[in-house]
Amino acid sequence: MVESKFLPLDGATAVSQAMRQINPDVVAAYPITPQTAVVQNFSQYVADGIVNTEFIPVESEHAAMSACVGSSAAGARVMTATAANGLALMWEMLYIAAGMRLPIVLTVVNRALSSPLNIHCDHSDAMGARDSGWIQIYAETGQEAYDNTLQAMRIAEHPDILTPVMSCQDGFITGHGVERVGILPDEVVKQFVGEYKPRYALLNTDEPVTFGAWDFTDYYFEHKRQQSEVINSALPIIEDVFSEYTKLSGRPQPVLDTWEMDDAEYCIVVLSSTGGTSRAVARGLRAQGVKVGIVKPRLYRPFPAKYIVEAIKGCKAVAVLDRAISFGAPAGQGPLFTDITAALYNEGITGLNIVDYIFGLGGRDILPDQITSVFTDLQQIANEGQRGAMVRYLGLRE
Amino acid sequence: MTDRIRINLKDIVNNEERLAPGHRLCGGCGEPTIMRMILHAIEGPVVISTATGCLEVSTTVYPTTAWQVPWIHSAFENSATTISGVEAAYKALKRSGKIPADKEIKFLAVGGDGASYDIGFQWISGALERGHKLVYVCLNNEAYMNTGIQRSGATPKGANTTTSPVGDVIPGKTQWRKPFTRIMAAHDIPYVAQAAPHNYRDLMTKVKKAFAADGPAVLNILAPCPRGWRTESDQTMVLTKLAADTCYWPLYEVDHGKTVVNYKPREKKPVADWLKVQGRFRHLFRPAYASILEEIQARIDQEWERLLKEEAAG
Amino acid sequence: MKEYTAPRLDRPWSEVNPGGIVLDPGISVTYITGTWRTMRPVRDQAQCTQCLICWIMCPDAAIPIVDGKVDSFDYDHCKGCGICAEQCPVNIKKPHSVTGELGKVIQMVPESSEGGE
Repeated sequence: MVESKFLPLDGATAVSQAMRQINPDVVAAYPITPQTAVVQNFSQYVADGIVNTEFIPVESEHAAMSACVGSSAAGARVMTATAANGLALMWEMLYIAAGMRLPIVLTVVNRALSSPLNIHCDHSDAMGARDSGWIQIYAETGQEAYDNTLQAMRIAEHPDILTPVMSCQDGFITGHGVERVGILPDEVVKQFVGEYKPRYALLNTDEPVTFGAWDFTDYYFEHKRQQSEVINSALPIIEDVFSEYTKLSGRPQPVLDTWEMDDAEYCIVVLSSTGGTSRAVARGLRAQGVKVGIVKPRLYRPFPAKYIVEAIKGCKAVAVLDRAISFGAPAGQGPLFTDITAALYNEGITGLNIVDYIFGLGGRDILPDQITSVFTDLQQIANEGQRGAMVRYLGLRE
Repeated sequence: MTDRIRINLKDIVNNEERLAPGHRLCGGCGEPTIMRMILHAIEGPVVISTATGCLEVSTTVYPTTAWQVPWIHSAFENSATTISGVEAAYKALKRSGKIPADKEIKFLAVGGDGASYDIGFQWISGALERGHKLVYVCLNNEAYMNTGIQRSGATPKGANTTTSPVGDVIPGKTQWRKPFTRIMAAHDIPYVAQAAPHNYRDLMTKVKKAFAADGPAVLNILAPCPRGWRTESDQTMVLTKLAADTCYWPLYEVDHGKTVVNYKPREKKPVADWLKVQGRFRHLFRPAYASILEEIQARIDQEWERLLKEEAAG
Repeated sequence: MKEYTAPRLDRPWSEVNPGGIVLDPGISVTYITGTWRTMRPVRDQAQCTQCLICWIMCPDAAIPIVDGKVDSFDYDHCKGCGICAEQCPVNIKKPHSVTGELGKVIQMVPESSEGGE
């Protein structure tokens, strides 16, 4: 294990520090709140000559991902950052980057999608991109955002994966919130991420390759099946990277961050920063003798279905907290709930009491009392044996 | 400056064909001839990005490709941005020593008129403003031919397309084409030119000048589409010559802000000579549309005069 | 150019190139566009002045170069567009070696008729 140096950093700056240490060949990015700090800080590193990166100050997020696609296909190590509408504007290119198997790392500082316009945190941006073929990792803290950025690079560029990775954290909550963040020594990061050796590169002009050919009915299906296989087979490789980084940093990097789940009767499954709030409340309830637990998936794509089912299947009642709505889904449930309930069914678990809470849209605060109320609800559901409403809302004026 | 460029076919005839046969562009399409001329005018390695369109789908049908150079297509609107990413990677990898310091690579982005005048307009503008060392080529066949001849910002007034059809009350496209070449020149980049393949010497000279420029360059090249223009496949070069002779498509360049008209017809032909040989303008010769023909002629005259004035202004 | 055989169109998903990349530059030559032709160009080699206009104007790179000179046509790929015949600047003095007609060095003949190589 290598000692980290601890600094007071906001989550966005923590990510830009990770980018500085990775020292990618190309960064193409466009400013958008609450991601702007990432691009600003990185631009300063470029201006000060402390990275060798070619920074492309593009005119839109679509152009950011377009330039990243060009640079990555050229054979470069490539990173970018965005949020919300910027991610939405990239949409077309997200699918193209994944379809071309280009190992780009994108840091997303999660923010609500318009309309109405809102700059604060929810997960509607990244959740909309969950089927785009990108690996998705969600961070609870600035520390995790830093750690995940470094691991994302390794995962994306693994020769058996070669798939872009979206590394997400909560806008403002961790993006702007200053915490104590441990930074590994530059040389250690350099060794950890290693040198990127592209399998195919446009700039290898002696061996001309064609990227992005028109794919007719003969082969499109086969390419998509192969892409699906790659992302779904990535889990063990991702775990290897996680465990290597755990040994290096001394900070555990589980696929599924579980707290007191061994004997938990009531549990909350939630992504990102709300994992911390939930754990704080759960700690208090445990002290009162209520057997509560928290499950926080760090990896969302590929979806760690078996791990989640294994963790929650013994509970008396489970609450999934979704910071996004899947519009038109049954009862207006959120994407995490949809995935978890599908996973339960596929593992043969049909009797579990499980409910969904939509929370925190557009940056609405999630308060400890609300988490407490969720656990109260879960106990009531278990006691009465009635699930009641499948989809509920936290912090919404009724 | 590169003022003494001589194009001699005997010097290049033994060059490798970097766009191989077996591509599936229509017989008589202007695009592959132009691409061959461009590739024969480029010395040394080149990486190409191509926008979605006829050229892209016809030259790369997985698992085949007609390209013998590194080539990428990512989307419709972003070939300029994609190549700017490749160019940035080249600079970065050269700096880090992964590409030898003496290895020169050229960067070419290609798009149709839809990709250039319309959907990719902002992407091109951004790439030019950032000053990447690249050449952007618009293969201009004046409509969305790949999707079946829909009007674009490049489609000339009066043209019959599937989204500007001739009807009982509307005589084809009612708007003038966008002055794309002038807008590109307004970016104050080192080199912008208009060309056409019948004059291969002029076209290939401009390619060489564009790649020799000390910054981004844009070429707008007229590329006849027999299918969309309703012309015979062997008329491709005849048509672009008519376009130049009628001053519908002046061959000119803006070299570091200085406009030079590279071809001035001894006798400027009436624009009707250009229009009447193409099925897409056939309806304009109905007596009812005589005023549109006059409007078009007046507009061409006005544009030509303005160009000559710009040249005279130096 | 490398020698190619036509690529297989029946590979299973596990064997396709990642990301749809194509690793065989110029393998399009295995696709025969010559079957599209309804008219075929024929050249009177003896009266050809080797101006190379047909070569530079050909959309399909279907005019082979042998020892720096144009030599017949690549009928596997020539689509018969007729640009070469239209653009041929040389008016022949003697009847054309294939068609027997006066006119240009390159002339178009119906694909079904005899002629060409």
